Amino acid sequence: MSLTVAYLALATGIAVWAVLVTRLRAKPWEVPAEGVSDNSRFSVSAKRIGLWIFLAVVTSLFCLFLSAYYMRMGQHAGHGSPMAAGDWHAIRDPSILWINTALLILGSVTMQSARAAVAKGQVEQTRLRLFAAGLLTVAFLIGQWLAWREIRYSEFFTPLNPAVAFFYVLTAVHALHLLGGLFVWARTLVRSLRKDVELIDVRLSVELTSVYWHYLLLVWLGLFAVLLST
Amino acid sequence: MAFVAIADRDHEHALHDPQSFIRKYIWSQDHKVIAIQYAIVAIAIGLVALTMSILMRLQLGFPDTFNIIAPQDYYQYITMHGMIMVIYLLTALFLGGFGNYLIPLMLGSRDMVFPYLNMLSFWFYLLAVLVLCAGFFVPGGPTGAGWTLYPPQAVLPGTPGASWGIICMLASLAIFIVAFTMGGLNYVTTVLQARCRGMTFMRMPLSVWGIFMAAILGLLAFPALFVSAIMMALDSLIGTSFFMPAVSSMGEQTVHTGGSPLLFQHLFWFFGHPEVYIVALPAFGIVSDLLSTHARRNIFGYRMMVWAILAIGCLSFVVWAHHMYVSGMNPYFGFFFATTTLIIAVPTAIKVYNWVLTIWRGDVHLTVPMLFAIGFIFTFVNGGLTGLFLGNVTVDVPLSGTYFVVAHFHMVMGVSPILVVFGAIYHWYPKITGRMYDDRLGKFHFWMTFLGAYAIFLPMHYMGILGVPRRYYGYPDAIQFIPPSVHEANQWISISAMLVAATQLVFLYNLIHSYFKGPAADPNPWRATTLEWQTPQTPPKHGNWGKDLPEVHRWAYDYSVPGAPEDFIPQNVPHSETTPAGREHGVPT
Repeated sequence: MSLTVAYLALATGIAVWAVLVTRLRAKPWEVPAEGVSDNSRFSVSAKRIGLWIFLAVVTSLFCLFLSAYYMRMGQHAGHGSPMAAGDWHAIRDPSILWINTALLILGSVTMQSARAAVAKGQVEQTRLRLFAAGLLTVAFLIGQWLAWREIRYSEFFTPLNPAVAFFYVLTAVHALHLLGGLFVWARTLVRSLRKDVELIDVRLSVELTSVYWHYLLLVWLGLFAVLLST
Repeated sequence: MAFVAIADRDHEHALHDPQSFIRKYIWSQDHKVIAIQYAIVAIAIGLVALTMSILMRLQLGFPDTFNIIAPQDYYQYITMHGMIMVIYLLTALFLGGFGNYLIPLMLGSRDMVFPYLNMLSFWFYLLAVLVLCAGFFVPGGPTGAGWTLYPPQAVLPGTPGASWGIICMLASLAIFIVAFTMGGLNYVTTVLQARCRGMTFMRMPLSVWGIFMAAILGLLAFPALFVSAIMMALDSLIGTSFFMPAVSSMGEQTVHTGGSPLLFQHLFWFFGHPEVYIVALPAFGIVSDLLSTHARRNIFGYRMMVWAILAIGCLSFVVWAHHMYVSGMNPYFGFFFATTTLIIAVPTAIKVYNWVLTIWRGDVHLTVPMLFAIGFIFTFVNGGLTGLFLGNVTVDVPLSGTYFVVAHFHMVMGVSPILVVFGAIYHWYPKITGRMYDDRLGKFHFWMTFLGAYAIFLPMHYMGILGVPRRYYGYPDAIQFIPPSVHEANQWISISAMLVAATQLVFLYNLIHSYFKGPAADPNPWRATTLEWQTPQTPPKHGNWGKDLPEVHRWAYDYSVPGAPEDFIPQNVPHSETTPAGREHGVPT
């Protein structure tokens, strides 16, 4: 719980600073001096702002899942008793997860190189690298599914074990977000393949897709670390 | 001119006016149409919840007469009434309805920044409502776990709807949260990025500030409900033990062990408390605009009002456990949350003082919207004061679970925001429809609703202090500490409730009849300063502003400016056009 509260404190702190401190000094009932300042909007596209806000929401979601994870494990912050709940049996994380992690890192790297290609105006390179990044991500998802199967058929599988339940829930939520990202990736790829679309029009999509990919990689690294350490 | 990255430079999008009926009114991406779609669905499902409450009141007031209502039915009614009213009516109406309609118009933009996503958000909302209603038709009926859906009871037999109903509810909530996220992204990004020239943050009307902050709260708080809904659904469907402890149900040990019901309470209320501010903040913002317009006065202390909205929003995340004082928590935990709860009362009180000071010695026009706005102040002060009692741990212990709590949250969430909803609908009705409503019916609606609300909820305070428990199906004489006067009070409350419910039909009649037969309205009948009243057409057409976007030169509250020829100056009037006479008084116009 304290993890989420700390995150929220940070998020609201940033928001408060951005809005309040810089704006609240304004006295809108007075006639402004000549040369009215501009609207103080951020000089980035609305889609980019929208993505960052969405990432804040997703962060909130994962922080809450992790708070629940820790609380369920018995490590209640500030509640005193560190005794783990009796039914938490830590599971052996499938080794395929390491391969999946490597695949996702490669996917992010490829996505970033696609972004570099679009900045240089290289149409073919962009399409290729976009496609490769998507393939690597699909490979990651297949690997996750294999990890699920491995746990499903292992001797310690039971839905009652919260470690097992959380493993599935956390990886599933991450995978669902990746699937949503693949949907956007597919649209970007199709647009980049069309002959009548300028590369410059696809550039924002590629940039935002790569931001999202890097974000989900960070989330996965965090989740993986938590799963490994508990 | 600040540097803008190549990828971010706005491309000129041609405004495509939708042509077919389907694209104009059904699959519409126009924020105004989406707003009305949201409002219609929210009011429709709200009438369902109103019916639930009437059924509850029939049972409570006249238990012997209505013995067709069984205890299970009663619990289903309270659950559906609560969940629908809080989430599917109030949240959807304030943000989806008013937010969608007002934000682009008040900010001088043509539409939301993500119109397609906006459209999707409505259809997801509708889907959520349909899934919720499906709960009425599944085996076992809808869930009767209370709107708080506490485990383990929510998924155990004995609670109505424990097999199918709870799943419908949780699925519906999950879909709603997806819809809300899509909508919230729109509202926040539009406020940040799509304001017209001259519209700085501090020139935005308070309605926009309230909805903006509420959207931020919702984006950050709804994930907590999403998390708990997913985990409870898994507990119910596949036998996980996130929340389910080792418990014996119907004489048998269940398969679950080790889960924590307290974990659910923390997650739920981490969402639940910001949720009530998601409902309250838009109401605060809108009522500020109603009061200043109809009292021909600038809002008193605009900057403090903005600060208070932001402070209330931030603080709302650290008060959640005041809903859990009786959960067996460590007293120091309760002490911390009682402190933060009392702190959040400070910016709220500042807002109340500022509302009163806005209308003090103002040129008050007691129009129907103004009546509702003043009614809001009365009922909100009432509800807020009882919140102070409940916010203190020791005072809360005997009052928790009694009708005092019911009275408090109805006053502060049921009555006050609903009065603002009514006031806002009357206020913007001429803009949305181009017609004027019937004034006498509106006044009748106000007085019946306002006085009726007191008739319903004032006795509940006394019942709560007596210790009458809430969520009880009935109060047989065997419960000896409940005097006969409580039964009489219940009858009185039930009759009042039915009268108030019937009055809402008058309201609906007024809206519908005036739409077809009402007199054509002036484009700015209230002589308001905000941008939505300055559109070239009424109702505004697709694209809102015609060829040119407006340019804003002043804040939203230039009412009764000394020396000005009229008692209001719209936001888009340049300073060069206002009379120089004012400068003689030393006051810039």
